[in-house]
Amino acid sequence: MQPLAELQRSFAAALLDPALPTPAGLVGPDGKPSSRRFAVYRNNVIVGLTQTLKDAYPAVHGIVGSEFFLALARAYVVGDLPRSPMLFDYGAGFPDFIGQFEPASVLPYLADVARIERAWTEAYHAAEASPIGLSAFVEIAPDRIPAITLELHPSVRIVRSRFPALTIWQMNVDGGIPGPVDLAAGGENAIVVRPEADVEVRSIPNGSPEFIHALASGRPVLAAFEEANAADPTFDLSANLSDLILAGMVVGFGFAQEPLGT
Amino acid sequence: MRFLSSSPEDRIPARAGVGLKAEHYRTIIDTAPDVGFFEVHAENYMGAGGPPHRYLSAVRERYPLSLHGVGLSIGADRPLDEDHIKRLGELRRRYTPGLFSEHLAWSTHDAGFLNDLLPVPYTSGTLQRVVEHIDQVQTALGCEMLLENPSTYVAFVESTYAETDFIAEVARRSGCGLLLDVNNVFVASTNQQWDPVAYIEGYPLASVKEIHLAGNRRQADEIGRPLLIDTHDRPVEDAVWYLYELAIRLIGPVPTLIEWDAEVPPWPTLAGEAERAEAIMAANRPEMPRDAAAC
Repeated sequence: MQPLAELQRSFAAALLDPALPTPAGLVGPDGKPSSRRFAVYRNNVIVGLTQTLKDAYPAVHGIVGSEFFLALARAYVVGDLPRSPMLFDYGAGFPDFIGQFEPASVLPYLADVARIERAWTEAYHAAEASPIGLSAFVEIAPDRIPAITLELHPSVRIVRSRFPALTIWQMNVDGGIPGPVDLAAGGENAIVVRPEADVEVRSIPNGSPEFIHALASGRPVLAAFEEANAADPTFDLSANLSDLILAGMVVGFGFAQEPLGT
Repeated sequence: MRFLSSSPEDRIPARAGVGLKAEHYRTIIDTAPDVGFFEVHAENYMGAGGPPHRYLSAVRERYPLSLHGVGLSIGADRPLDEDHIKRLGELRRRYTPGLFSEHLAWSTHDAGFLNDLLPVPYTSGTLQRVVEHIDQVQTALGCEMLLENPSTYVAFVESTYAETDFIAEVARRSGCGLLLDVNNVFVASTNQQWDPVAYIEGYPLASVKEIHLAGNRRQADEIGRPLLIDTHDRPVEDAVWYLYELAIRLIGPVPTLIEWDAEVPPWPTLAGEAERAEAIMAANRPEMPRDAAAC
C-alpha cells in the first residue's frame, strides 16, 4: 500500500498533465482501471478554473471569443494554479500572461484590458472605508495646503495603457457596443475605485497617474503636483484635487512633517 | 469534546434553506422570502470588504446562516493551511453561523489549490489523518464541524472500509457531526454500483445535523456504465427526492439545503425546490424536529 501522500502526489500530477497515465489503484466498480472516470476529475479542475477566469475577465472573453479564451485560460491554469481556495482572488497573473501569450500578440491592447478587469475585481473586494467630502477641507489655511497628505480609499487602482484600453473595455462589458477603435489614437489612463457599493471606472488625464501614485505613497500635495507637472506641464492641480475628493477616493488627510520643496 | 452551543437565534431550524447566490441578493433583501435559512460557501466571503459582505450582513440580519467550506482539504496528507483556518474563525465570529460543514475530500497539493473535491482511499492511514485534521479544526474554531459524504467517480483498490463505516468511525473518533448529501449518495452509489437505500440505512444517522439536495448530470464510462456527475446545475431528481424521504422518515425533519451553484435559475425555482423539501418534512413530522446548532 502506498502512503497517502505519494498517492495524492501522483493523483495531482496526472490531473494537470493529460499525457500521464491514470494513477495506479483507481478503479471502476468492477475493480478495473477506468481512465474515463479519472477524466471527470481532470475535467473538473480545468473547467472550474477556466470558468473562474471567464467570470473575472468578461471583456477579454468577449474580445477573443470562447474558443480562444478556453485555450488561453487553459494554458494559464496549468502553469499558475490558485495559491489559496479564495477563487475570487484567482488570476492576478493573467494580464501579464496574456501579454506574453504568443497567439494573442496580434491584440497588443488585450493585456491592458485584462489589467482594467483585474483592478475592477480588486476594487470590488477591497476593504471598506468612508470617503470624506470637500467640506472636510474648508477650515484649512491656504498656506498649509501644499503640505497636506491624503489617505486614499483602499480600492483605488490605476491602469495606464499605450492603447485606448478603457474605450475597448467599455465596449466589451455588459451594455457595451463593440465598434471600430483607432489603436493609434493614443493611450488612456483609467482609475478604478469603489467608494461605496459600486465599482467605478473612469478616464483620467495625463499627469493624474503620477499625481495619484505619489499621494498613495504618502507624499504631500506639493510633491505630488511636481511629479504630475513633470509628466504633463498642463496638469491642473485644483481640478485634479477636487475630482479626487468628489469621486470618493479620499478617506482621510494629514500634514507632512518633512520640509516641502523640490 | 463538547462545545458551547450557539444562541437560540443562531440555530438552524428543521426547515428547508437555500444556498445564497449573488444573483438573488436583491430579491432576498427586497422580498424577504419565507425560507428557513441560507448557506454560503465560506471562501466567497473571505475578501476584505465590498458587496459580498454588505449583502451577507443584510441577509444574516434576517435569517439563520450555515457556513459551508469547500477548500479546507481535510483529506490531504499534508498540514492544513492555518491561515485558512484563521479566516474561517473570523467569518464565524463575524456572522455567527449555526452550522459549519466541510467535505471528506482533498483539494490542495504542492502545485496549489486544485479546485475540486478529490476522493480519498478508505484506509486506517486516511482515517487517522482525517480525524487529526477535524480535531485541529474543531479546536481552532471552538465548535463542532459537520463532515459531508462525497460524490465519487472512482474507487481505490486499497480501501479497506465501506464508505459509511469509514464516516461512522471518523464521527466516533473525532466527535464531529455529519452532513448527509443525498445527491452525493445517489451519485456515488450509481457510480460505484452500491445500493443507495442500504447506504442511507447504514449511514450513522444519529450524527446527521443537516442534509444537502442538488442536481446531477448523467454520462457514461468507456464501457457504457452510468457515470453521474455532481453538477449542482439543475433540479433535484426524483430518485434523490425518494431517498430524501427515506432519510427523513428515519431521522425526522432536519435542516435541508437546496444547492444550486451553476446555471443558477430565477429565485422562484429555488423556492419551489425548498417548498418540496418542506412538504416532505411536514408529512413526516415527529414530535421533536431536529433543528440544529453546532457552531
